[in-house]
Amino acid sequence: MERLTFRHATKAPLVGRKPLAITGVVASGNLEVLLERTLPPDACTVEIETPVHGYGDVWEAVVADFVARAQPGGLRITINDGGARPDTVSLRLLQGARLMEG
Amino acid sequence: MTLAEILASLFPEGHAVAVEYGLVSGHGPFRGGRLAVIGIDGNTPLGVEGAARLAGSVLDVVRQGGATPILVAIDSDSQRMSRRDELLGLNEYLAHLAKCLLLADRSGHPTVGLVYGHTAAGAFIATALATRVLAGLPGASPSVMDLPSVARVTKLPLDRLEAMARDTPVFAPGLDNMVKTGAVHAVLDPAQPLGPQIEALIDGSPAADNRDALGAERGGRPVAQGIAAEVVRDARLG
Amino acid sequence: MSERITDPRAASWYEASARARLDGLLDSGSFAEILGPEQRKMSPHLPLFDLPRAFDDGLVIGSGRLDGRPVLVAAQEGRFMGGAFGEVHGAKLVGLLRAALGLKPAAVLILFDTGGVRLQEANAGETAIAEVMRAITEARAAGIPVIGLIGGRAGAYGGGGLIAGTCSRLAVSEGGRISVSGPEVIETNKGAEEFDSRDRALVWRTMGGKHRRLIGGADTFVDDTVAAFREAALALIGRAPAFDLATLEAEQARLERRLADFGECRDATEIWSRLGVNDPAAVPGLTAADFDALVAGLRETGHDAR
Repeated sequence: MERLTFRHATKAPLVGRKPLAITGVVASGNLEVLLERTLPPDACTVEIETPVHGYGDVWEAVVADFVARAQPGGLRITINDGGARPDTVSLRLLQGARLMEG
Repeated sequence: MTLAEILASLFPEGHAVAVEYGLVSGHGPFRGGRLAVIGIDGNTPLGVEGAARLAGSVLDVVRQGGATPILVAIDSDSQRMSRRDELLGLNEYLAHLAKCLLLADRSGHPTVGLVYGHTAAGAFIATALATRVLAGLPGASPSVMDLPSVARVTKLPLDRLEAMARDTPVFAPGLDNMVKTGAVHAVLDPAQPLGPQIEALIDGSPAADNRDALGAERGGRPVAQGIAAEVVRDARLG
Repeated sequence: MSERITDPRAASWYEASARARLDGLLDSGSFAEILGPEQRKMSPHLPLFDLPRAFDDGLVIGSGRLDGRPVLVAAQEGRFMGGAFGEVHGAKLVGLLRAALGLKPAAVLILFDTGGVRLQEANAGETAIAEVMRAITEARAAGIPVIGLIGGRAGAYGGGGLIAGTCSRLAVSEGGRISVSGPEVIETNKGAEEFDSRDRALVWRTMGGKHRRLIGGADTFVDDTVAAFREAALALIGRAPAFDLATLEAEQARLERRLADFGECRDATEIWSRLGVNDPAAVPGLTAADFDALVAGLRETGHDAR
């Protein structure tokens, strides 16, 4: 397994007050995303565990894009990856952020 | 030990235990009363007829009342793998046999399992694993699935699995590993008479299911007991 | 906090995730999870095999209300490792059933979706299944109905089939296959002449929900919707048999009679025909309503003892 961690500074806390959300399932080509509102409002971390090695730069780009779009301040995000494609990862991250806002 | 050797050691004065089509049933004198015996011999697979017959023998004991203990002696294959068995609802027959053993135990008939040969998968769950206390004899080989089949399903090379099996009791077949996970409570000594050893098992059998505690103690199931206890602690009705 | 069911009458149980099934099954907003994903109770063994873990190990457990009545629930996620029993997965279900003894809920509901034992943790999974079966009989003996709902993509196979056979009552849909050896396992061990696992119609009529309902292996056949499973669960709670000698004697008679009546049948359609079904070939295509009407017209096969 490969473990990756990305830390980002965010300008604003994610709207909404939901403390916790989970979306997706660990399956081939899929992933689960756990979101917890446990960080200071100007920080977001994304931790990833994946069986597919050597794609750190792709993950970095997908996560950076998500942070820029969603401004997920305050979120600790943890991912169990089952070998999802980058577009699936993006979709799940945005789904997760929406669940936290709702 | 063979079944005949086991029965001779258990019942030096003789017994009325018979084997037919690999199915064992009967009884022998024990502690001034009798010990009922059911089981599977000769690496026989357990199918719908066999499970129904063994369950019937267990219910006979319960119906008679009293406190006759039941020994479940096992040298079986896995469940019988056939289209016909599944068509007829093998899951119900195996579950029914297990339920009969669990009911017998609740009704005052202590149940003791004894694995002296092979057993696997559904046949193991329906028989030996449905007893209150389960013992093994040296040389027994309980398993869920043999390593070549595990290799096929997990798509891992057999030599790697064999290497992992050496220090990972949670998935490797064999008596030692089943002892470590807590499924098998004790290993008996074939050089000593079995009667007193079975008596000691009955007398020392745990009131509640302690297999997860044994698994934690012996290192074969490191987290199960803790998880189950946390669930009991945290559960509330909403 | 996860996928929601917006229209339980339309939502497919088969397609839904474990969490979505619970959301639609229980009274709105009543589900409270035990050992939720944030507690990260993950498998200690899967990393050895370089396999990804899930935060809930493929089993979601908790409490909730069903038409106002308090229940405990467990839902398997069939898409994670085939819903198979690993150490954590199994221990969560064991713990839930043990908790039921003290809490006395109106029922424990088990939403099956499993291929059986997780081979990477085979000994732990196998032992957990034995512990679950014992815990179910203890809950039943204490008067707590244990209801199985079977309609997931992984069915109820292997040890999952044995656990299902230990429950007080079972509801099953067309997709909810119940069996011990799966089609692939039989084919691998005995050859394609014995069981051609690619013949999906054969799989369905040998192990599927309608066949199980017809022979007495399940108590209710339901459409593949979340609402249908909810209604079935509600109805079955009130019909749970006691766990005692009388029930098991009746089950013994029921299972022996099945061997006598159908032991020589080669195919499910022969069994259905002997049961009095005029057009066995039409059975797989029937809706739940038409199928119920068919079952109501057949001679009683004594489904009560379980």
